[in-house]
Amino acid sequence: MRTETKTLTITTPEGISFDLVLAGPATRFFAWALDMMCVSAAMLAIAPIVSVLGLISADFTQAFLWLLYFVGSIGYAMAAEWFWRGQTLGKRLLHLRVLDENGLHLHPSQIIIRNLLRFVDMFPALYLLGGLVSFFSKRAQRLGDFAANTVVIRERDTLTYDIQQVASGKFNSFRDYPHIEYRLRQKTSPKEAAVALQALLRRDQFEPQARIELFHDVANHFRQIAPFPEEASLGLTDEQYTRNVVDTLFRQK
Amino acid sequence: MIVDLPRFLNAEKPYWEELAATLDMLEKDAQRTLTLAEARRFHYLYQRTSGALAKLSALPYEPEIRGFLEPLVARAYAEIHETHQKPRRFSPILWFTQTFPQTFRRRHRAFAVSVTATLLGILFGAMVMHMDLDSKRFLMPFGHGDIKPSERVQQEEEGQGRHTSDGKAFFSAFLMTHNIQVSIFTMALGMTFGLGSLILLFSNGVIMGAICYDYIVDGQAQFLAGWLLPHGSIEIPSILLAGQAGLVLGAALIGRGDSLGVKLRLRAVLPDVVTLIGGVAIMLVWAGIIESFFSQYHEPVVPYWLKIAFGSAELVALALFLTFAGRGASAHERPVYAD
Repeated sequence: MRTETKTLTITTPEGISFDLVLAGPATRFFAWALDMMCVSAAMLAIAPIVSVLGLISADFTQAFLWLLYFVGSIGYAMAAEWFWRGQTLGKRLLHLRVLDENGLHLHPSQIIIRNLLRFVDMFPALYLLGGLVSFFSKRAQRLGDFAANTVVIRERDTLTYDIQQVASGKFNSFRDYPHIEYRLRQKTSPKEAAVALQALLRRDQFEPQARIELFHDVANHFRQIAPFPEEASLGLTDEQYTRNVVDTLFRQK
Repeated sequence: MIVDLPRFLNAEKPYWEELAATLDMLEKDAQRTLTLAEARRFHYLYQRTSGALAKLSALPYEPEIRGFLEPLVARAYAEIHETHQKPRRFSPILWFTQTFPQTFRRRHRAFAVSVTATLLGILFGAMVMHMDLDSKRFLMPFGHGDIKPSERVQQEEEGQGRHTSDGKAFFSAFLMTHNIQVSIFTMALGMTFGLGSLILLFSNGVIMGAICYDYIVDGQAQFLAGWLLPHGSIEIPSILLAGQAGLVLGAALIGRGDSLGVKLRLRAVLPDVVTLIGGVAIMLVWAGIIESFFSQYHEPVVPYWLKIAFGSAELVALALFLTFAGRGASAHERPVYAD
């Protein structure tokens, strides 16, 4: 079963809206597992050093290690989320970040509560309760997030956009038919335009057969929306046809 | 409207990159304060980038530009519209001696409910024991139900805490962590509209009631007081305070008589819940040390009157602390939406 990606829409006082993609329970579970591995690895590294204290008192050393693990397992996420602005090592690796539900910075009390409430979210084992609550929650929140008014988002931070490579500077036989181009622009929805553009931008990522099939479908779709005369599309491959469509749709009029 | 997208991108990209660099700098150094000129530039970059995002939103173009701009605007928005009070230098001593008792008093109703649930549990436990003494096997933990109190007293007085003599520090650490976990769990169960916290407090009360009844009926009241009071005078109030925190959380969820939405109610109580559970953790560290290093010794090593006096003094001191400490001082770190 494929579930829809959940998003949180924030509207600023300036009237600008932006969407934040919310992280699902599975990704968050992996981030938590990574964090636990980090805490365990740190304990394994520290234990031999601390055990030197055993020469003075074995009992004291054992107690110290016990307390260290307790404080580490509870305090690690709190400290990391405070100093790294909503991220732990696991969350950093998986590009997740905890945010206030209003998109603002986290307050220390929010960080503490969301981490302390793991005790209930973990119930009865392996975050079953928290995972279920998060799965059904509109904002993918576990109980700790709900209490602390926080959300966990998936970060996107790459700029890989170049429309020039697909839409400009190429010969377009459709330009000889401005009235059909006008009809095409009029009848194409923004979603359809975006699909055509995306297909071209990502064309090198497809397997050859999939690429042929995709452009065949896309071109046929646009042929039905606004058919061009045969001489305008004669000898054009489906991919070239789509390129002409994108040029028509996105070109400066 | 954007007429020429490539030109628009080329013109705006330097501003976006400058904004991203400013945000990176601010996030790396949380204490960094911008000068007036820097703040003005930062605000300009935010507005310009927001404007670009608004322009792009009107077009069917490509999710990837939005994918870059949205997190950028989100980060800048968080930085500019931050409404939390500026963090003051945190003083653990002020927090414990002022904020903690002030918070306890501010939420006294939840504490009263917490005490009531525990007292009802104690009464219920004692009543069940009165009606059926055999039920102690089901009511008491750690094998207390399998042995008569007088036999246990004899064993303890002969053994003199031998079971912990080799590992008192570890035993103490174990007790601290275990009790803190139980307290956190009691508080966290507040998310069940307080019902889980109430059930846990009641069941704790049942166990206490059953144990007290068993020892008193068997004529071991003095041992019981000497055994429980030194650490129990701190440990039991700690659990009550954890219950108080859970009930504050539960009451915020229920929101009876409060016109604020559930989110705002939760936001309002968070600092108090954190303060209460933080105070509980400190109290339990003390209780763990006392239980391991003092409570396990009995007569003739430590006379019972001394243990009872010590425990009673702790209880009185705690009551005085929670009632009077921080009075007159201004409320430290009060929540933004204080009720």
